[in-house]
Amino acid sequence: MSGPGSVALEARGVAMRFGGLTALSGFDLSLRIGELVGLIGPNGAGKTTAFNALTGVYAPTEGEVEVAGRRVNGLRPHQICELGVARTFQNVRLFKELTAFDNVRIACHAGSRSGFTSAWMLTPTHDAEEERIRHRASDFLTVLELSHRRDELARNLPYGEQRRLEIARALATGPKVLCLDEPAAGMNASEKVALMELIRRIRDQFALAILVIEHDMRLVMGISERVLVLDHGVTIAHGRPEEVRRDPTVIEAYLGDGKLRLRPPSGAEGKPA
Amino acid sequence: MMRLARLVLRSVAPFLAALPVLWFVQGALPSYYSFVFINIAVNVILAVSLNVVNGFTGQFSIGHAAFMAVGAYTAALVTTGMEAFQVVGLPPAASDALIFFVALLAGMAMASLAGLLVGIPSLRLRGDYLAIVTLGFGEIIRVVIENTRVLGQATGISGLPAYTNVVWAGMGVVATVVMARRLLLSTQGRALLAIREDEVAAEAMGVDTVGWKVRAFVISAAFAGLAGALLVHKIQLVTPRMFTFVKSMEVVVMVVLGGMGSITGSVVAATLLTVALESLQAADQYRMVIFSLLLIVLMLTRPSGLFGTREIWDAVPRWLRRRADGGTP
Repeated sequence: MSGPGSVALEARGVAMRFGGLTALSGFDLSLRIGELVGLIGPNGAGKTTAFNALTGVYAPTEGEVEVAGRRVNGLRPHQICELGVARTFQNVRLFKELTAFDNVRIACHAGSRSGFTSAWMLTPTHDAEEERIRHRASDFLTVLELSHRRDELARNLPYGEQRRLEIARALATGPKVLCLDEPAAGMNASEKVALMELIRRIRDQFALAILVIEHDMRLVMGISERVLVLDHGVTIAHGRPEEVRRDPTVIEAYLGDGKLRLRPPSGAEGKPA
Repeated sequence: MMRLARLVLRSVAPFLAALPVLWFVQGALPSYYSFVFINIAVNVILAVSLNVVNGFTGQFSIGHAAFMAVGAYTAALVTTGMEAFQVVGLPPAASDALIFFVALLAGMAMASLAGLLVGIPSLRLRGDYLAIVTLGFGEIIRVVIENTRVLGQATGISGLPAYTNVVWAGMGVVATVVMARRLLLSTQGRALLAIREDEVAAEAMGVDTVGWKVRAFVISAAFAGLAGALLVHKIQLVTPRMFTFVKSMEVVVMVVLGGMGSITGSVVAATLLTVALESLQAADQYRMVIFSLLLIVLMLTRPSGLFGTREIWDAVPRWLRRRADGGTP
């Protein structure tokens, strides 16, 4: 059911309205296991709103969101997380005063049903669960090359490692869909290259779909199989990176924003009117 | 069978270990000091249990005294109602002990119920709002008690049996500290810490934030109820005036002073403050002035509390600690 190619997340006609403001409308997206999709658009295009609607921070005003075939509209973020959608945040949101290890261990708790009593009685199931969590958390720290930071407080990690720790934490929830909100923000060129490698490796190593919001065009175009372009909450283009790159509407949306430094392929077709 | 025996042993072990010590202390302490000891124990229970909400979970509750009141009155009703009875087939002392034990459990149960009633509507609020709501609920509970005839209204209930002694109070402390410590070391406790650190991220990582907050609140209320029940069976009197906002603030001060999230911090702070208040009796009208000055100095010199979020044993070298914790990193 969740093998490669099966649909992990499906959004149909999702709209988000805040009072009179429409932040997102007619948002369609289908993510399959093993896919890596980029979500781009100028500032204020509605990328993070789309993320929030998918992960349950907002309940969509309109439309349907399905995770692995289950409708998740109106579910709380932790329930959607349990169903298999994990995310990172645009401005890193780690549990700052806890160790790297504990950050990941908390995420390993997702879906655990045990209450306080088993913790007080130290029941064998509780011990087994703690043991499982310890192993799992160590594994994810290793995968993201953070083992040497295990016992350090999250706030003391260098910025790039904080970003990686956030990814480790998201992976530890056991997602089918991993949503990365501007993972490269604030990184330098060589860190970005390493990050691209890492994202590809995660996609290959774990059976999941990845959705990346990114401002850095090179990064998105370099790793995505498909790119979806938002502008003013509307999907203006959707397709393979090289198609999207040539799409006149996309170029128009981006020009003046200064983010897409591309030569228009044939003359002046992309210039704004 | 082995597993069951191990399970029982691990639950009971801390109490078994504490029992001979408490028996000894009970025998050795003169009566005034045993009164101080019980006072300290009650405050430690209050501070550690409030720390579960304020320190671990990061929710600011200032209505702890109300849950204490619910526990105290419930236990008082049970013990006064049962005073004339004796459990068949048990010697009087054992019968009394059993009745008191049931009364304590009843007090905890009622207090946790009150915690649930207050918690469910209010724990959707954050920060200052939650503080105000808990304060309001605390006052409501007190005013309701003041106007309920069976609870003796403003005069309260007097002539309670003096069941609480050093052993009972000490056991209460052991129960509370074991509860908090095991919670902190478990995945359930880490869920609470995650809520304190970043509620949005916790929710996104699969932590049912409202559910865990309510649970923490209920547990905290239950132990406040235990503290109340123990206290009134020492002074043999329960009145609404014992559970005002001032008492709640006193507990908050202990938690903040010890360090939010530090169990040993709460224990030490509660002990120090109780002893300070007791020994300042001699200073008479200057007592509260000196007390307040002490607090100001402490907060200026150690803004994050005596221990911050750390425990006393964090000062112990790591290799030694690992052995003591039985392999927990």
